[in-house]
Amino acid sequence: MTTLTAPPETAPPPSRPRTSNRVSRWKRRIPLLPALVFTIAVTQLPFVATLVISTFQWNILKPGDRHFVGLSNFEFVFTDERLRNAVLNTVVLTASVVLISVVLGLGLAMLLDRRFVGRGLARTMLIAPFLVMPVAAALLWKHAIYNPDYGLLNGTLNAVYRLFGASNGPTIDWVSSYPMPAVVASLVWQWTPFMMLILLAGLQAQPGDVLEAAKVDGASAMATFRHITLPHLRQYIELGVLLGTIYVVQTFDAVYTITQGGPGSQTTNLPYEIYLTMFRKYEYGQAAAAGVVVVLGSIVIATFALRTIASLFREEVSR
Amino acid sequence: MTAHAAVAAPGTRLKKLLRRHDDHAGTPRLSPGWTFVAWLATLAFFAPVAWMVLTSFHQEADAATNPPSLLAPLTYDQYKLLFSRDITPFLLNSAMASVISTLLVLALAVPTAYALSIKPVRKWTDVMFFFLSTKFLPAIAALLPVYLIVKDAGMLDNVWTLIVLYTAMNLPIAVWMMRSFLAEVPKEILEAAEVDGAGLPTVLLRIVAPVAMPGLAATSLICFIFSWNEFMFAVNLTATQASTAPVFLVGFITSEGLFLARLCAAATLVSLPVLIAGFAAQDKLVRGLSLGAVK
Repeated sequence: MTTLTAPPETAPPPSRPRTSNRVSRWKRRIPLLPALVFTIAVTQLPFVATLVISTFQWNILKPGDRHFVGLSNFEFVFTDERLRNAVLNTVVLTASVVLISVVLGLGLAMLLDRRFVGRGLARTMLIAPFLVMPVAAALLWKHAIYNPDYGLLNGTLNAVYRLFGASNGPTIDWVSSYPMPAVVASLVWQWTPFMMLILLAGLQAQPGDVLEAAKVDGASAMATFRHITLPHLRQYIELGVLLGTIYVVQTFDAVYTITQGGPGSQTTNLPYEIYLTMFRKYEYGQAAAAGVVVVLGSIVIATFALRTIASLFREEVSR
Repeated sequence: MTAHAAVAAPGTRLKKLLRRHDDHAGTPRLSPGWTFVAWLATLAFFAPVAWMVLTSFHQEADAATNPPSLLAPLTYDQYKLLFSRDITPFLLNSAMASVISTLLVLALAVPTAYALSIKPVRKWTDVMFFFLSTKFLPAIAALLPVYLIVKDAGMLDNVWTLIVLYTAMNLPIAVWMMRSFLAEVPKEILEAAEVDGAGLPTVLLRIVAPVAMPGLAATSLICFIFSWNEFMFAVNLTATQASTAPVFLVGFITSEGLFLARLCAAATLVSLPVLIAGFAAQDKLVRGLSLGAVK
């Protein structure tokens, strides 16, 4: 261990500097050891196991046939059409959900940053979609909103058509006709409040005097937004995008519930594909290899996320 | 005069209520046009929730009409039916998994946060970022080894398995949140207490606790929300004994066919604890979701 100067308040007596120093350091460490050990045991060891399993040919339907195969599962993962399709779906799903909810969240945050009648109530109502249990939200969208016969969407269309004298509205089977947009829309609905909350916090942390000065100098609202608000919001937008990406990449509930990855594999994302490989095909080695790939992908995103959080964090600590 | 005041009072109270969230009075007002847009957007986002709650109080026949019948008579029948179909064990499993895991998280996170803020270890930021990095690893990649270990240990379909997993899942969030709250304990007071020879229990009870209490409440609500809503581990690691509320919801559809009103009642019922917790923690929600990075 590198030796640094000891914290001043625990300055050791000159006679036995090393031991006392070490004792006081361990005294400080003790409170965080249980959490550290627990976290390593529950979150790190499984990944080591995943790495090991990923080098095995292991299908529980063929119990006698479990052997080391090196990197051939990874070869499979990178060449298998289903998995490549799942990667593509994951990217499309995550990118559309995150981008659309950031844009909508920004719009809502800018409205809520101003005073208007019932602002507090509006904010509370806007948080609600994020608080509905994800499985419940997915079921709600699938059955109460997208259902072709009596879902809210077709029902509203029907009511509007009748209002204008047509006999009946169209009967669109939303989930089969537009599977990916159907999943995306339900997730955007859940994630927009999250983005709104982060961006609203960002807007409210904006120094008022700068905005005041811009107003006094006669800057237009558009110019103020582009040159003052947006640069200030940048790190909050980054944070929202990165955290959103990390959560949405892992989407399992919505795909499992709304489309079950279908029709065909049109909405199968990586988590769902890994789940299928594990519990439908029982190909443990392949599932583990796909898991390793997902972890590597997440590390790339997480590196950026950690950098953004670190910069916000340093600002806070130095304050 | 008195009559007039009595009439005016409810109005002013309402105004006060509506203004409660206007933290700084200098905030510019929205124009009437934009106010309309803001409310239109709010209602559009809220509509599915409102529809869910409304349908849950309808009869099946009224729930399955096209165009939708908004004004159908209201009834508690769907909720009564849910309880007669044994939703209770699932709710109890969910409650047990979320409450116990939240308590465990606090028991582990509070001392950790203490060792990261009040008496910080060396390189405490590295420790912080280690905890955070575990949150960024996708849970699905851990599912296979966790499943195999749990199966070998004979712990499949056991609530305690979920409790351990949820504790690990929420620990980083709690460590980050609690550290950001404990960092607000004024250093000068801590030093003064030390000079006066106050012992650790006194310092914790008299100085740290009053500042940290709101943070503790917010942290536990956030952990509760995430455990209550968790689905992936719950559906894959439980079968009949330990299944939680989200598993009930999914199984309920496949086993009973589609009953929209009953589904809406079930969805409302299982979402209710989180809706309440979330509204209660509203002001701290963003701090928890951004891991304490945004206040």
